Amino acid sequence: MSVLAPAATVGLGQAINQALAAELAADRKVLVMGEDVGVLGGVFRVTGGLSERFGPERVRDTPLGEAGIVGTAIGLALRGYRPVCEIQFDGFVFPAFSQITTQLAKLRSRSRGRLAVPVTIRIPYGGRIGAVEHHSESPEALFAHTAGLRVVSPSNAQDAYDMTRAAIACPDPVIIFEPKSLYWSKGELVAGAERARDGDTLNQARLARRRPGAAVTLAAYGPSVPQALAAAGQLAGEGVEAEVIDLRAISPIDFDAIERSVAQTGRLVVVHEAPVFFGAGAEIAARITERCFYLLEAPVLRVGGYHLPYPPALLEQAYLPGPERVVAAVRQALAF
Amino acid sequence: MPFAQAPAPTAPAPGRSGDRLGPASAEPRRPDLGQLRSFYRDMALTRAFDRAATALQRQGELALWAPSLGQEAAQVGSAHALGPHDWVFPSYREHGVLLSRGVDPRRLLGLFRGADNGGWDPSEQRVHLYTLVVGAQALPAVGYGIGLALDGDPGAVVVYLGDGATSQGEVCEALVWAASCAAPVLFLIQNNGWAISTPTRTQARVELARRGEGFGVPGERVDGNDAEACHAATAAALARIRAGEGPQLIEALTYRIGPHTTSDDPSRYRRPEEEAEWAARDPLALARARLEELGAADAAFFAEVEAAGEALAASAREHCLGIKPERLDQVFEWAYATPHALVAEELATLAAPGGPR
Ligand SMILES: Cc1ncc(C[n+]2csc(CCOP(=O)(O)OP(=O)(O)O)c2C)c(N)n1
Ligand SMILES: [Mg+2]
Repeated sequence: MSVLAPAATVGLGQAINQALAAELAADRKVLVMGEDVGVLGGVFRVTGGLSERFGPERVRDTPLGEAGIVGTAIGLALRGYRPVCEIQFDGFVFPAFSQITTQLAKLRSRSRGRLAVPVTIRIPYGGRIGAVEHHSESPEALFAHTAGLRVVSPSNAQDAYDMTRAAIACPDPVIIFEPKSLYWSKGELVAGAERARDGDTLNQARLARRRPGAAVTLAAYGPSVPQALAAAGQLAGEGVEAEVIDLRAISPIDFDAIERSVAQTGRLVVVHEAPVFFGAGAEIAARITERCFYLLEAPVLRVGGYHLPYPPALLEQAYLPGPERVVAAVRQALAF
Repeated sequence: MPFAQAPAPTAPAPGRSGDRLGPASAEPRRPDLGQLRSFYRDMALTRAFDRAATALQRQGELALWAPSLGQEAAQVGSAHALGPHDWVFPSYREHGVLLSRGVDPRRLLGLFRGADNGGWDPSEQRVHLYTLVVGAQALPAVGYGIGLALDGDPGAVVVYLGDGATSQGEVCEALVWAASCAAPVLFLIQNNGWAISTPTRTQARVELARRGEGFGVPGERVDGNDAEACHAATAAALARIRAGEGPQLIEALTYRIGPHTTSDDPSRYRRPEEEAEWAARDPLALARARLEELGAADAAFFAEVEAAGEALAASAREHCLGIKPERLDQVFEWAYATPHALVAEELATLAAPGGPR
């Protein structure tokens, strides 16, 4: 009885708003909570209108404390609720880090599978919005490194919608890293898709091929997907056809699909805004080297942030991996 | 009534504007006219600078600005009570505190322009850098105070926090530590009614002045739009700290007249009547009225202050346009004190043929 709405063109943030509304409407155990998510609708307006529609009990303006937001969400989840927490910006998740890593991630295994903690944490992340300190970071590796959490990051409106609904339905805790630079970027959205209720929903968030190509594979996620696509466009002008794949999920990573692409191209460049040192790209490089050493024509290369505190905004263009740095890495891979 | 809900931060009734709220209100007041003029001057300069910075943001020269509009009395009054040995740990809106301490407020512009992450030397005027992570400066402030005490230094630390910040677990730990270690720390909470769109009653169901009580940090509420009252309360709290009475807390009840930042639109969440009520208690206008009532300042004084404000505002623009952003190679240089192989390797790629990777 799935009711598919006709496709509409909406921004990525608006798609998340629609997904939250659909989940709040479908299940009265779903709660939205965070700083300023109510009347204001969040600083990015992603929760706009939800408080008016579902009331302040279910769309909850919390006191100012991230440990409090996540910690109480854990308790509510143990009580049968499905809280969706908003962390206002990437750099402000750390007061909640203890609750996320010591409680949220571990309660299922500690209880021998008896306890479910279906908490969703939404974190606007990444740079390119010219923001002041702590508002542009990409801390996803810290969470992907933590067993017990699922970590995803959409790059377009449809994925944002699907992932949000899937995350809320998932019995595991899920962290959604939302690319804030793409909140206003418009895409087609078919909303109202029937919510998948099986426990494996997020494994369906398999990577997607965004552009075919035979010379090199560019793997990216979230805000780096448009950058990889721009690089592929430049490379096409030079006669180099790059395949662009969108990982969508960072834990787990769809290594099978990366391997299939690399089997065709023999070269892999991973792009993300987070620092490359101990980043997602490091894990991908290691796994792909282990899995298909003999298929590789060049070492797996990574393009990302430097091993620096995120610099002042006027420097972020030089810090973040844009098309030029991706193209430079591709040339290096081709030269092997 | 320990469990009563804190009164919403409505403006005190007219006619009481000069009174301190709380237990010390009975103290007689002996105004020092020179001091009142200096409060007014710094408040007016703060106002002028804040206006200029807001305009710079509107013109696209700053990424963001967090206005201090309406909080000048709480900031200037309290800061003037600090002695030369004392230290300030601010959050991000204490422009009036900086100005009063002698930090050139134009040095704030780099942070909000995205050119640097804190543009002054904290040791010069004993003012730590701004902290954008709400409440994160509280524990370091207490640690600094513990250090001062260990050294036998006569200084104290004043840590500035918002009403929202008091909810952070770290701020509660800071109260615990300060009390446990009898650290020379004054927690100065500017309750400006709002944490972005969240009213103070979401953070606290008792007066914030009482937030520290159970931790062993006594507090009082003061009229935050009255510079004299803020000054007197801060001076008294610092005196108690220096007398060995341990950490203290002040709730300065004030109001954020402007938006949270230039990105914010308060009409989405608060009533215009509330704004009007507080605008009628503009701390700068109150300070001026007080000077006039006491005959403590003439037209020439006000004209001179206004001219100084205009000059500061004009120079703010010039300064802002002339800011040299940090360079990426400098960020590499400042990342570690001693050589770090990975940083050196990455720095080398900046200059690599074929461009950085
Ligand atoms: C740890 C953390 N969480 C969230 C934010 C986003 N944020 C910035 S200011 C603010 C409200 C702070 O309110 P308050 O402490 O009352 O200070 P005010 O802004 O009113 O001066 C919030 C939620 C942040 N900067 N840091
Ligand atoms: Mg406040």
